[in-house]
Amino acid sequence: MPAKNTLKTIALSSAVLSIGSVSSAMANDDYSDDLVRIGVLTDMSGIYSDLSGEAAVTAVEMAVEDFGGEVNGVPIEVIHGDHRNEADTGASRAREWYDSEGVDMINDLSNSGVALAVAAVADERERHAIVNSSSNVDLTNEYCSPYVTHYTYDAHSLAHGTGKSIVEDGGDSWFFLTVDFAFGIGLEEQVSEVVRDAGGQVVGAARHPLDTSDFSSYALQAQASQADIIGIASTGADAINAINALAEFGVTPDQQPAALLLWYDDIHSLGLETAQELLLTNAFYWDADDDTREFSERFHERTGRMPNMAHAGNYSSTMHYLNAIEAAGTDDSAAVSEKMREMEINDFFAEDGYIRPNGRMVHDQYLWEVKSPDESEYDYDYLDLVTTIPGEEAFQPLEESTCHLLDDE
Amino acid sequence: MMRTLFLALSAVGLLALLIVPFVPALVYDIFVMKTLCFVLFACAFNLLLGHTGILSFGHAAFFGTGAYVTGHLVKVYGVPTDLGILAGGVVAALLGTIIGALAIRRSGIYLAMITLAMSQLVFFFFLQAPFTGAEDGLQRIPRGTFLGIIDLASDTALYYVVLCIIGAGLWVVWRTVNSPFGHVLRAIREHEPRAISLGYPVARYKIIVFTLSAGLSGIAGSLKAIIFQLAALSDVHWHTSGDVILMTLLGGMNTVFGPAVGAAIISTLSHYLDPFGAWVTVITGVVFMTCILVFRRGVLGQLQQRLKRRPSPTASTPIDTKPKPHH
Amino acid sequence: MIIFGIPIQALLGQLMLGIVNGAFYAVLSLGLAIIFGVLKIVNFAHGAFFMLGAFTAFLLAQHLDANYWVVLFLAPLLVALVGMVFEWLFLRRLYGLDPIYGLLLTFSLVLVLEGGFRVAFGSSGQPFATPEWLSGTIDLGFMILPTYRGFVIVAALLACFATWYVIERTSLGASLRAATERPELTQAFGINVPRLVTLTYGAGVGLAAFAGVLAAPIFHVNPSMGSSLVITIFAIVVIGGLGSIKGAIITGLGLGVVEGFTRVFYSEFSSTIVFLIMVLVLMLRPAGLFGREEG
Repeated sequence: MPAKNTLKTIALSSAVLSIGSVSSAMANDDYSDDLVRIGVLTDMSGIYSDLSGEAAVTAVEMAVEDFGGEVNGVPIEVIHGDHRNEADTGASRAREWYDSEGVDMINDLSNSGVALAVAAVADERERHAIVNSSSNVDLTNEYCSPYVTHYTYDAHSLAHGTGKSIVEDGGDSWFFLTVDFAFGIGLEEQVSEVVRDAGGQVVGAARHPLDTSDFSSYALQAQASQADIIGIASTGADAINAINALAEFGVTPDQQPAALLLWYDDIHSLGLETAQELLLTNAFYWDADDDTREFSERFHERTGRMPNMAHAGNYSSTMHYLNAIEAAGTDDSAAVSEKMREMEINDFFAEDGYIRPNGRMVHDQYLWEVKSPDESEYDYDYLDLVTTIPGEEAFQPLEESTCHLLDDE
Repeated sequence: MMRTLFLALSAVGLLALLIVPFVPALVYDIFVMKTLCFVLFACAFNLLLGHTGILSFGHAAFFGTGAYVTGHLVKVYGVPTDLGILAGGVVAALLGTIIGALAIRRSGIYLAMITLAMSQLVFFFFLQAPFTGAEDGLQRIPRGTFLGIIDLASDTALYYVVLCIIGAGLWVVWRTVNSPFGHVLRAIREHEPRAISLGYPVARYKIIVFTLSAGLSGIAGSLKAIIFQLAALSDVHWHTSGDVILMTLLGGMNTVFGPAVGAAIISTLSHYLDPFGAWVTVITGVVFMTCILVFRRGVLGQLQQRLKRRPSPTASTPIDTKPKPHH
Repeated sequence: MIIFGIPIQALLGQLMLGIVNGAFYAVLSLGLAIIFGVLKIVNFAHGAFFMLGAFTAFLLAQHLDANYWVVLFLAPLLVALVGMVFEWLFLRRLYGLDPIYGLLLTFSLVLVLEGGFRVAFGSSGQPFATPEWLSGTIDLGFMILPTYRGFVIVAALLACFATWYVIERTSLGASLRAATERPELTQAFGINVPRLVTLTYGAGVGLAAFAGVLAAPIFHVNPSMGSSLVITIFAIVVIGGLGSIKGAIITGLGLGVVEGFTRVFYSEFSSTIVFLIMVLVLMLRPAGLFGREEG
């Protein structure tokens, strides 16, 4: 059986690695190689390195430190790696970590191609993977696994968060500026469905290639559509360029742009002057209450920046994973997985959050509006809460999930 | 002397490759497999650049086509893995014939630009085609069995299969270079009008070598799809076309296996530079710059040059080199 | 009046936007073309210098509170200086070799510059405000054009014209053209060819940086803003005819327009169409639209 071979390999390699380490003397059967090792696999050097990157590593490290550096007397270690936004590089790194470096859990996983590939490896090797910065809903459907947790947000929560609230607020005709990628098209389709279900209509869409810098043509198309809402189904530089062009061509005051996946960092790069009044769904905002502020200020001290929702998710999910190990008394994947799905999550990030059998972490999402420059009183004071979207509404209903794990029950 | 040294080095290298699955603590077998794919890719590419003097700036099209064709056939139609890999190579070779036939009507930089343009069209096709999953990639390709008997789910079994196929591919490259056909290719590289005046059907030769190079690149891509069980857009992206040029030049384009060394260097760099975090791009850039400025013949090319030049007290001058002035 | 289901007014608007976008392409491809003409090197770092221009503008405006006019002239000069140092230290060691070495060296420079800026400023980019007096709009009858986009057309065309004038109508340009055709002979006439080459490289990357400064208020300033640009620009230069200045400018403008219309009719294909055009042109006119056939 390959699984046994794997274990042997790990035992062999860890024996080689831990020569000279004290803990190897007092072997403990409940913890593989007497160490809980967490790998943060992220984009350290590429276009998403601000969204997750080194700060994601810091978030995980903070969780480990706050937990006390050890769980049930077994030390916890954090390592990190760069997937370069290549699915094969990510998968290869994940396999190596699981197989020969005794990594028990991989966190972050920005970029949906990487997340899907690593989830496949995690399922095969029966080790944990927690996805925090990728939106693909396949992770909790077709490709679900008892060892994969999709934590912060997904395409469904983005679509239902932003889409539904806006239609209910009266914005019922939509035009989409969509990046011509599976991510963008999927988001557009989901929001369209939400809009139609809520009685609105979709009047058109323009699909642009990735990395388009000049959005003026699309701004005119959006203007000509006379839609109330311009849905922006892209992220990062594309979304920023699109929002800029809409403002520049005077589309914005009359027609309202809705960013379907805008990061906190993107607002910073847009500047409040351009970004004001934008609507966005985010699972976390640093300035929401005292608990978020407490975490965020500590995070700011270490990284020089405020955390975005992925960073907060990195911290919260790591904490939850360690709590599950403590409760289970072992780092055995199956036992931990069971505990993770059993225990509720209550921290600054989530209230009464819980993980479904298909791996979906269900927690409230929030619709925010960007403040105008006058309203912003201090540094990083960017968002006003519009409405809270209960987790049950934001995420895909469990009965719609095609996850094979649900059939067994 | 040089020959013995190279034989000895090759023997050590081969032995090292054979024992890789048994030393997981030293080197990771999947990393070696990935590197091997790039080794074949770079050596196949160099059939054009080093041995025929044709710069293709679109070789990712063949690599990626191999990956997608194999992946799709194996995943969706349940084609056996061996046939899937073969099909990947054949489709890539056919694409090579078409692109080659178009491109060789021009030369130099114009030829490179035509291959770049064609590969961008291929990229666009794979981006749009519904079966590729765009940026999510073609995921969870089953590994299946090889020839119906070897279960590829085991990394060790897969490793030896990959090693054999790559070995066969490299043997084809080596045979081609050292065959009469290869001599004609070099004649074309050195002086095309003379090759034409000698009566060689130069265009046909170029198309054949293009097809061969594309087919082998396709097989490299197919293998990568099977190893990682996925095919992704990065395989057809022009960055990959650029990477293979870089590998070839770093290793030495005037040697048969220099590109293999280059491929190993580049994979190793990207694999072991992780601790440097965000600095990795800068460091890679600096390393490339240094190599291009210092080892212009490539690492293996420079090594060969050194060995040829150094007067050796024990061995006689190699027969196949012209005597060089001592210094 | 309606063409292909789209009102003529909207098409005129798209034409106008295409020209704005083409103006960027024209300046960028002009720079690449003069570098290739003299150095015979494909400057793969052209997109990175474009980014460097935008970032320099951002830094000057941010830290020195520099006025937009100052930035518009100072930033390209600074970047040109960086380019000349690079040429003088490294690039010139590769002259006379296969042009592929130059391509790879400039490619490595891209890694260093983009990677370095990502380390220093992060990947998500910086805001750059449009200068106050250019931030209004102009009513053209068929569309409302932001004043700044109009300014881009004027500034870009002026830069193109000035470059063309220097090369075709001045004695400096004459020696440059001579150095391109017969470097040894030109050297023999007492002209310092190496210095001329350095200046040319500086001018080429300076133009790229100028385009970057123009782009800063309307495109998002971030380290990878030029990375996908370079192969498009290179295709434009090849379509126009390698070494042809007129070709680079006209093709740049033309391609902006073609791309603009593609965004209306088949938007997904808009960043790929340039390559289709390039294949067709090279098949029909081997030396490009404005290039001279060589033997």
